Amino acid sequence: MRYNEIAAAMIARAKELLSDGTVNRVIGWKRGEFCYDVTPAVFETAEELEKDFVYDAFCGANVSKYLIRESEKPGKILCFLKPCDTFSFNQLLTEHRIRRENVHVIGIPCEGMADMRRIRKAGIDGVTGIREEDGGFTVETLYGEERISVYDALAERCLSCKSKRHVVYDELIGEEGEDHPDAPRFEQVAKLEEMTAEERFAFWRGELSRCIRCNACRNVCPACICENCVFDNPDSGISQKAAADTFEENMYHIIRAFHVAGRCTDCGECSRVCPENIPLHLLNRKFIKDIDELYGVYRAGEKADARNPLVDFTEADAEARVVHERGKA
Amino acid sequence: MQVNEQTGFVPTIVAFCCNWCSYAGADLSGTNRLSYPANIKIIRVPCSCRVNPIFFLRAFQRGADGVILCGCHPGDCHYTTGNYYTRRRMTLLFSMLDFLGIERNRTRVEWVSAAEGQKFAETMRSFAEEIAALGPNRRLADLRCREDAEEGRDEHAV
Amino acid sequence: MQKIGVFVCHCGTNIAATVDVKAVAEALGREPSVVVSQDYTYMCSESGQNLIKDSIRDYGLTGVVICSCSPRMHEATFRRAAAQAGLNPYMVEIANIREQCSWIHKDKAEATEKAIILGRAAIAKVQHNTPLIAGESSVTKRALVIGGGIAGIQTALDIAEAGFPVDIVEQKPTIGGKMAQLDKTFPTLDCSACILTPKMVDCAQNENIKIYSYSEVESVSGFVGNFTVKIRRKARYVDEVKCTGCGLCTEKCPVKKVPNEFNLGMDNRRAIYIPFAQAVPKIAVIDPDWCNMLKNGKCGVCSKVCTAGAIDYKQKDTVIEEHYGAIVAATGFEISDVSRYDEYAYSQSKDVITSLEFERLTNAAGPTGGTLLRPSDGKHPHTIVFIQCVGSRCTPDKGKPYCSGICCMYTAKHAMLTREKYPDTEVYVFYIDVRTPGKNFDEFYRRAVEEFGVHYIKGAVGKVSPRADGTLDVQASDLIMNEQLHISADLVVLAAAIEPSKTARSLATMLTASMDTNDFFTEAHPKLRPVESPTAGIFLSGVCQGPKDIPSTVSQASACAAKVVGLLIKNKLTGNPCVAHSDELMCNGCSNCANVCPYGAITYSDKEFRMPDRTTKTRRVAWVNPAVCQGCGACTVACPSGAMDLSGFSNSQIMAEVDAICK
Repeated sequence: MRYNEIAAAMIARAKELLSDGTVNRVIGWKRGEFCYDVTPAVFETAEELEKDFVYDAFCGANVSKYLIRESEKPGKILCFLKPCDTFSFNQLLTEHRIRRENVHVIGIPCEGMADMRRIRKAGIDGVTGIREEDGGFTVETLYGEERISVYDALAERCLSCKSKRHVVYDELIGEEGEDHPDAPRFEQVAKLEEMTAEERFAFWRGELSRCIRCNACRNVCPACICENCVFDNPDSGISQKAAADTFEENMYHIIRAFHVAGRCTDCGECSRVCPENIPLHLLNRKFIKDIDELYGVYRAGEKADARNPLVDFTEADAEARVVHERGKA
Repeated sequence: MQVNEQTGFVPTIVAFCCNWCSYAGADLSGTNRLSYPANIKIIRVPCSCRVNPIFFLRAFQRGADGVILCGCHPGDCHYTTGNYYTRRRMTLLFSMLDFLGIERNRTRVEWVSAAEGQKFAETMRSFAEEIAALGPNRRLADLRCREDAEEGRDEHAV
Repeated sequence: MQKIGVFVCHCGTNIAATVDVKAVAEALGREPSVVVSQDYTYMCSESGQNLIKDSIRDYGLTGVVICSCSPRMHEATFRRAAAQAGLNPYMVEIANIREQCSWIHKDKAEATEKAIILGRAAIAKVQHNTPLIAGESSVTKRALVIGGGIAGIQTALDIAEAGFPVDIVEQKPTIGGKMAQLDKTFPTLDCSACILTPKMVDCAQNENIKIYSYSEVESVSGFVGNFTVKIRRKARYVDEVKCTGCGLCTEKCPVKKVPNEFNLGMDNRRAIYIPFAQAVPKIAVIDPDWCNMLKNGKCGVCSKVCTAGAIDYKQKDTVIEEHYGAIVAATGFEISDVSRYDEYAYSQSKDVITSLEFERLTNAAGPTGGTLLRPSDGKHPHTIVFIQCVGSRCTPDKGKPYCSGICCMYTAKHAMLTREKYPDTEVYVFYIDVRTPGKNFDEFYRRAVEEFGVHYIKGAVGKVSPRADGTLDVQASDLIMNEQLHISADLVVLAAAIEPSKTARSLATMLTASMDTNDFFTEAHPKLRPVESPTAGIFLSGVCQGPKDIPSTVSQASACAAKVVGLLIKNKLTGNPCVAHSDELMCNGCSNCANVCPYGAITYSDKEFRMPDRTTKTRRVAWVNPAVCQGCGACTVACPSGAMDLSGFSNSQIMAEVDAICK
């Protein structure tokens, strides 16, 4: 199914559910000033849906996290979840953060989301629209149409898509896709592991020193769900509003990655929203890779009753020195 | 006091010890007059599982050059399962520090029972030697907290 | 602003010889908030304690730091002294400058510098201390014993004897357990029924004891002193009050071919039955799997013959709820499945039996009336081979790694009794080791060998093969003579490994009591607290904790009762105030903390919160039961939001220490 067909089906179904009273709101995506700055939005009427609702290759935003607050409100909300979003949704259910009874979930197909940074990198500017055509994308621009291959246009997280299968839904639009448990998600992490400590340090200094502590990664993250974040809590001993020292840049990201370890579904939103383009997802993927290798493959969010590996153990677990014994120092 | 003979560097080392095994093991090495370097200062916690990764980071931030965590041997935890959680948490924390290029030998977990005074002293000696050899922690220190800050800034200015 | 007093102990010369205590006191006296800093020869002495007490009063101290020996040594002493002077005892912190400083360093300057840093860390910590008050909780003065074997019976009797009400929950229709099935007991050879059944009757007659037979524990909630337990009373289809135990129904019931579990299936009972003559309570029970009336509504004989009108085919399970202060697990054991050891031909020949089956075959109330007869043809066996360690002391893939502990002795008993009653019978025992570590045990075993001429052969049996003539070919090796043997046996008896009751694991989950990999309950300490579970208020009696014989079981059962009585006699329980607590405003309700809590101390509930905009919001938040929490702190790290903290070892206290040391 093409995105425009899916979008039409979504709008039609949303209108039905609104009119028969099953739901009183719909969470989806709305176009911003430009076609590529799509943001999550809540719609309450058929008219609003007609006017603003979009679903295309720029709808990368994961709406799961919004359901924490939305599901607390009276009435039922309809949400559209892409396969990878369903993992986040399920993880939130595991942690009792979403009131399931207040959410109607429609699983929607996803053909991969485009990354504007990569499209620009390919030399395409003035983008006004995108549509998939002949196995690639046709990008509409102020200067005419341009062709770009899937490989050049898609976000990195979509090129290594972990699943096109939905792990939770009430109904589906389109055909159910397949799981990709062996997606090559850890290539970059492995590459870093191959480096010396010195090189890794230089790499991460290069990346993390750009951090402006805008908190976008935290705010978008569907695993960062604390009522009161430790970085905002003066009693936590680690609160900080700005990274005044290189240490603080490191600490913020180490703690953030640690807090979501075993809970991160690898949705990649942190890297998508980072204004400095820091590959933050690599920190999370490092933990996922470690957990998979040390404690057995675990996919957060895959099962709603699963136990996070960090609140679990076996007597035969590896000792911490395993870290010191592998790879390069 | 453990000193790096070549550079004269005197490391600061924090050791978190669980109350039931390792802190008692440390006491036993004292009772048996088994010496280990005075750079090492022990902080008592009820169980190794009380140690938050934040405490490790805090120590490095404030000027520690090495941090070691000691607890009961797996299976012997006073609280039955605490050290099993410790083991996973610390493995992942150390792995992340290593991934960020922090010298991996600055952190360590050792299991020391209340009867292992000897092992405690030996572990502390070897850890202190290792940290002295590594030199000052610059990669994960808050340079505002270090006296030798200026030097450090130059080294890793980006 | 705190007012802190620092007290530096010389400990004679133990500290003062390597640490310049005056310099330490002086340096620490300059620390912020410190209003008095003194040194003294022996702080733990009465005059030392008085010095502390006087300073608390004179300076109005809000915190005390003592630089002395390990807190493991005198923390309690100094806390008590502070409390006597009116200071909250948890405002005292110890800097360990003896075991962890003066005793391990020789250089005085170095040791003094370290002592000052340790003192600073303690001062930094005490700045963040808050007065803690130990919580109190009430105690329900009633105990529950789960399991009505000899362990449960003894524990219940001892508790009842001490004057506390106690309930026994037994899943079978009668109490008595495995001991009721035994013939004689080692090493004295008294008849098992003769010593057990009076105790069973005592249970029934003791007004402090209530027996819930044919019942199971369905759920457990609460904590030490305050448990709430739901007990499922399975339908007997017989009115317990009306039934007189006359047994007429069990004679008239037309369904005669029900395998009799009391005799391990070696004879039959009826669909309505009383397990054995001395059953307590002596009330009939209808087996719903076999009763024609319950299955298809056709019969009703028992109802017709019962003059008491006790039969009630419409009876349903009932669930009752009771409150207890203490719970005893006495779930006992089962015989492990020996059919997996095909080399011993247990499933191929009726004449290969387990030792418990042998007990029934020699018991006067057993299927043969006490005459030892082969199950296959009812003939007297002339050669009997006993095989030891069947499934015990194995690699984990083959069987149990542990020693079952009782087999050596009961086999000596079996062998001895056989030789005594039937001197024409040859008895062979194949063993790995003979283990007899009990009072009069080795003497007993030696009598079997020396007086009764039992052939003990050190070696393993490789194979038992049934022959066409009805005998069993036992192929074995004699390790001492170093030769292969073939024995033509009439009966082979397997000393099967014992294993914890299959119900124990689910019970442990309900009790939040821990278990080892073999499903034995774990004791709070293997040597020093052997009858308590790590979970407060849960006690262990009998084989559910580990293999043991009757004398050990009874000793442990009484020890367990003593511990239970020690708990029930208290009116209030005082907790350890160094426990975890959750800040409800920060709690996310994610359950990570509850997942790592080894004590089940954390529960969740929905709570209403007033929001800044004056609306209310319901959120799921954690609550730590201070009476159950043991203060390990696992939850504080599992909590992503930092809502969970540990009193006495709070995040801010530990970080203050870190800062002071790293400065």
